[in-house]
Amino acid sequence: MASKKSSSSKRSTSAEDQLGPANTLWRDAYRRLLRHRLAMFGALVLLIVVVMGIFGPAITPYDPNGMDFADRFADPSFEHWMGTDDFGRDIFSRIIVGARVSLQVGFIAVSVATIVGTGLGLVAGYGTRVTDEVIMRAMDVLYAFPAILLAIAIMAALGKGIGNAMIAIGIVYVPIFARIARGAVLGIRNEEFIIAARAMGAGDIRILLTHVLPNVLSPIIVEITLSLAFAILAEAALSFFGLGTQPPDPSWGRMLSEGRAFFRQSGWMGVFPGLAIFFTVMGFNFLGDGLRDALDPRLRR
Amino acid sequence: MNYQYVVQRLLLALVVVLGITFVVFMIMQIVPGDPARVILGPYASDESVAGLRDRLGLDRPLLEQYLTWLAKAARGDFGQSLLNGQDVAPQLLGRIGPSFELAIVSLVIGLVIAFPIGIISALKPGSAIDIMATVFSQIGVSVPTFWMGIILVIVFSLNLDLLPPSGYTPIREDPGDWLAHIILPAFTAGFVSASIQTRFIRSAMLDVLSANYVQTARAKGLNERTVIMRHALRNALINIVTIIGLQITALFSGIVIVEVVFSWPGLGKLAFNAVEERDYPLLQGAVMVIAIMVTLVNLVVDLLYFLLDPRIEYV
Repeated sequence: MASKKSSSSKRSTSAEDQLGPANTLWRDAYRRLLRHRLAMFGALVLLIVVVMGIFGPAITPYDPNGMDFADRFADPSFEHWMGTDDFGRDIFSRIIVGARVSLQVGFIAVSVATIVGTGLGLVAGYGTRVTDEVIMRAMDVLYAFPAILLAIAIMAALGKGIGNAMIAIGIVYVPIFARIARGAVLGIRNEEFIIAARAMGAGDIRILLTHVLPNVLSPIIVEITLSLAFAILAEAALSFFGLGTQPPDPSWGRMLSEGRAFFRQSGWMGVFPGLAIFFTVMGFNFLGDGLRDALDPRLRR
Repeated sequence: MNYQYVVQRLLLALVVVLGITFVVFMIMQIVPGDPARVILGPYASDESVAGLRDRLGLDRPLLEQYLTWLAKAARGDFGQSLLNGQDVAPQLLGRIGPSFELAIVSLVIGLVIAFPIGIISALKPGSAIDIMATVFSQIGVSVPTFWMGIILVIVFSLNLDLLPPSGYTPIREDPGDWLAHIILPAFTAGFVSASIQTRFIRSAMLDVLSANYVQTARAKGLNERTVIMRHALRNALINIVTIIGLQITALFSGIVIVEVVFSWPGLGKLAFNAVEERDYPLLQGAVMVIAIMVTLVNLVVDLLYFLLDPRIEYV
């Protein structure tokens, strides 16, 4: 660290420079991200969804649960932008409120997957051959199940409900994080800076947390963003199947399943909740792809 | 050839299949409360619950229970449905066919869409077609499968009245009717897998197009068509086969959803109904058969990859 400081002291002594090259790496990535048009579009879409999620009920034009039987199955109009459902409830208002559930499930499920999966992957990649085999073969087993089927099976065991949906979706994505983290660790475990740290007497846990983890961070950040897209899709599917959010919590997936019986009267009921899911998922996918390009410029074509 | 790879790959498949059976076995163990109580329902007497516990061996150690269950399952005995008391195995058998039909037709639709788009966009990177292909694959992976199914039903069944919104006719009874029923579900699952495959086919083609042997083929004056079909595509296929293999698991995830949306009488729909009815033995059977099928397909694809490219080694 001392030598880094002295070499850059000629140019300037601002705080940023003193943080060293790692800081520039992240700053460069940030600049590349800002120039990535699709990623910025995705970020904008997500900003809107996040605002809807945070302020939810406070910014809806109508009461999301307010029924108006005189005005059922209304087509989209200036009064009701997305029409009304079978109870005459304003669909636009319900979609705004539904954002919160999607984001909550997405963030918690992906947090579970990230923490458990990355932890297992670090241990597998850094530990002994036996630990590696045991952990990774267990991950192979989980990975062998089609994602939604595993989630359904876990939900069947744990019971319906939003909390269990978060756990189920989280478990499904554990192997993906484990594989990424392990792969990244294997790539660097014999690098000189790791060997140097060990020679200086650092313990395994210290090496994992202070030397290995920061170096596997960028693929994990990318995967977190892309997994959020999958988690929101999975939550919507589970709720559509009646396993996720339970009444009266409004959610996009449930709006679609409840509307199914009425699509003959009003096809619109099937359009807008799906569009909300689609745009949110697309936002995360765009942002994730942009992050990948920004964090690893070598991968760009 | 390196047959050690084949042996290792077979061993891995065996480990995974055993692991799958363990996970499936554990489903029943995690269910909150006494499994015997769950099976008999809330109104059963304490004696009958105790009797069933004894018969199912629920008081014995977990490992012993698992091995007993596994030994039975290996002989095709998946227990009896809680709902109708019938054996689970025959119910599973009848569902494999429809699931496979749907999977194959979806895969074919996916490839028919993905191949031309992927190849053309790789030939002209940065062109309008390439950008459109990228947008297509981005949109495809973001569309919720079940929602796409719903929209297709609203448009083609409810409004245009062209195709049936759900159901199934066996192909032997009436091929035309079978086709009419399979188009919407297969297109739904196929569209999503096409969007993923387009990307992979594009990047596999880009890889080989910059390879030396393709340059050589061009340099010796072969026409572009021969270069692409005989030299580039052939080598790209090796990677594409693996990717299709990796996609099989994802494809079946889509198939499960599509089966529920279109009431397609496959294993996915069966698993879903079993969850609804809390019919755990039926659920266990359906989940296990799907997971093992997917694992075996993956195994076959990996071995195929080995045959296509003997350079591969197990790592």
